[in-house]
Amino acid sequence: MGGKNHPFSHREGKMDGNIYITALTNLLNIKILILIFLGAAGGMVAGALPGITATMSVALLIPFTFTMDPIAGLVTLGAIYCGAIYGGCFSAILINTPGTPSSIGTCFDGFPMAKQGRAEEAIAGATTASVVGGIFGTFVLLFLSPFLADQALKFGPPEYFWLGIFGLTIIASLTAKSIIKGLIGGMFGVLLSTIGIAPIGGDVRFSFGQPALQGGVSLIPALIGFFCIPEVLNMIGTAHKITQRIPLSKKRKGVFLSTAAKVLKMPVTLLRSMIIGVIVGIIPGAGGNIANLVAYNETVRASKHPEKFGTGMLEGVVSTESANNAEVEGSLVPLLTLGIPGAPPAAVLFGALMLHGLRPGPELFAVHTTFVYTFIISLFFANIMMLFIGIFGGRMMARAISATPVKLLAPFIVFLCIIGSYAIRNQMLDVVTMFGLGLAGYGLKKLGFHPGPIVLGIILGPIIEEGFVQSLLIGKAWTIPWTIFFVNPISVILIILCILSASWPFVSPKIEKIRDNLAKARRMKRSES
Amino acid sequence: MKKKILLLSLGWILVSLILAGLTFNMALGAYPERPINYIICFNPGGESDLTARLQQPLLEKVLGVSVIISYKIGGGGALGWSELVKAKPDGYTIAGDNIPHIILQPLIRKETGYKTEQLKQIYCFEFTPDVLVVKNDSPFKSLSDLLDYAKKHPGAVTLGGSGSPSANSLGVAKLNKEAGVDITYVPFTGSAPTIPALLGGHVTGLMSYSTMAIVYKKKLRPLAVASEERFPALPDVPTFKELGLNVVEGAWRGVAAPPETPDEIINILANAFDKVCRDDKFVGRMEAMGFQVVHWGPEEYTKFVQKKTEEYKKILKELGLLK
Repeated sequence: MGGKNHPFSHREGKMDGNIYITALTNLLNIKILILIFLGAAGGMVAGALPGITATMSVALLIPFTFTMDPIAGLVTLGAIYCGAIYGGCFSAILINTPGTPSSIGTCFDGFPMAKQGRAEEAIAGATTASVVGGIFGTFVLLFLSPFLADQALKFGPPEYFWLGIFGLTIIASLTAKSIIKGLIGGMFGVLLSTIGIAPIGGDVRFSFGQPALQGGVSLIPALIGFFCIPEVLNMIGTAHKITQRIPLSKKRKGVFLSTAAKVLKMPVTLLRSMIIGVIVGIIPGAGGNIANLVAYNETVRASKHPEKFGTGMLEGVVSTESANNAEVEGSLVPLLTLGIPGAPPAAVLFGALMLHGLRPGPELFAVHTTFVYTFIISLFFANIMMLFIGIFGGRMMARAISATPVKLLAPFIVFLCIIGSYAIRNQMLDVVTMFGLGLAGYGLKKLGFHPGPIVLGIILGPIIEEGFVQSLLIGKAWTIPWTIFFVNPISVILIILCILSASWPFVSPKIEKIRDNLAKARRMKRSES
Repeated sequence: MKKKILLLSLGWILVSLILAGLTFNMALGAYPERPINYIICFNPGGESDLTARLQQPLLEKVLGVSVIISYKIGGGGALGWSELVKAKPDGYTIAGDNIPHIILQPLIRKETGYKTEQLKQIYCFEFTPDVLVVKNDSPFKSLSDLLDYAKKHPGAVTLGGSGSPSANSLGVAKLNKEAGVDITYVPFTGSAPTIPALLGGHVTGLMSYSTMAIVYKKKLRPLAVASEERFPALPDVPTFKELGLNVVEGAWRGVAAPPETPDEIINILANAFDKVCRDDKFVGRMEAMGFQVVHWGPEEYTKFVQKKTEEYKKILKELGLLK
């Protein structure tokens, strides 16, 4: 590390205070600030709409940036990316549908909070967490990029395989009540992910003769179907029993500030989740969608009251939203230092840079240093704008949703679901998939199958399969091909994490018992002395 | 009386003929009068997307209507092409198409939803040959170094690439046959994941595209190019042919229309694309990204597709992949 090929080697010996000041002055310009604001706001709205992903939001707005100079264009796209990932929390909390796949975990505790009339608190918590996560991520991007990017390269096919398996072990904590059902759900998700073209060999699987199924089950329609449709059906089914609206907290002043204070009093959760987010973002191909789920999993495992998660714990929302916003900047680390995007929206930014004639990678840092630093620092501004928009917009959205009676809300949500599912690939099949999986999800929920594991299976199936087959192909060069899965130290670490994560539901009650016994012993000692 | 009727009928016929002639001309002369939908069958930010976005503003100028880029992603492009062949053949829906994808898919899969011949080719505008690359600091300084090593250690050399089957995988298959070696091809979903795999040392090298070799120039060492002649942007890299191996493979990109689209409309579009693809700035940007711009009109492109179809049928049969 270091040396002539190091991205920062041109700086050796120079004092760099100037570059930050130059970058700041570039940004303190009304036009740029307005663009960042519009980008963040637009991204938030797009992210809040289920079916419009962050990737799509960034891609759709690239043409608008053609008329801008490269820095203004890139800064706008960066703001959209940040805003979109944050915006996903709104629909996750209010209608149990992740606005983007990065907010799947926010549904788990966010929606129960909304049902209890604590929607504003959930949104406030998500906003604070997102902003904190984004700012943390930007610091990492600013100071640690080259080192982290080098580490990310050490992830090869075997490591991706274990990463996918680790992702599946999260199922164990999501469904502590019935791990068997969770595993069945997960495997069902993996099976769904195999529909379509095999990543290796290109054969078509499970298409039942329908050309449209070559594309497989798209993640977004599955997400919308599994998370949203059952809730809508529930909403309709019980509308006559309870009050016709989603309950809203009484107009309490200062919900935002008190929640923000609560969030900031969870530094360990925040730090843990943000670090996970950055790491997942840096690893190209880990997808970014799983950052929030891994963070959630780790928070649950580390908590003294794991069973409370899923019932409306603010901590749950905080962990998922801080992780997914830290992941945004994480995915930009390999993009800006190596020219390798860490997640699909970063890939679109890569394309945008190329269109403006700039090639991301070490040359960009060396030749267009000011440009890169201006872009990175603009992310700070984007996150702060998100805070303000969230404070005011969040409350408005929560009030709007809860003021709408079910008989208007339910069709509106279904309308959004249809548009969202169609918008991904312009395929009617996706809308059909969404409804089909939605009905299946409704039935499965009644039978005790949580949609989380199924969706995890859909996301992780391809990662696991590709990692597995690629590793075996590379392993042909080894005397015993299977050893390739165990040689890299990163693999070993991941395997240990998998074992820990999978066995946690069994091991943790025993640890609880030991803890209780120790506490009892201490108390007895104190009463004796 | 009879004279009047005769004159009237003649007049009537004349007017009808003139009107018919005018309508016929109007139908053609008026194209295009609505926005044209340019379908891209791959992910935004990818190469197909980038080339289309470079063409879009120029096309709009030449054709005088908006050109809207939309995406129909899935099945390696199959979803988009199967939609294209079902679209109205009025020239308002076109799609980017890629060789070898449009040829390999119907040959290998049972129900792609389209047949290669159904895509009415308009224009082919770029070629990216396969390039065999290793890391900058790799011990292999030339192709013969790599092949010697491969001969001594069968199965030890791994070359990553995008897709399976694809231009990259066929490139490796051809190399194996020509050089008599056993190099393992490791497929990745797309070209992007191959770069970290190589840079992290997880594969020996890549059978990738010229675009990757140019974009990541500082980190990769190209050993050979799979084109007929040396690639202009990589003048110091020998072709496989120069080194005695008949390996010519790569990807071509063009545009196609639904099967029944009238030839006049195809020609209007082909001329438009030709103007766009001869624009200096366009060519400059494309070459800077590692594309070799070609200029094939409908007949040339269609003939090329037929030639390649025969060639791939043979190779696939040898590899046992034909369905």
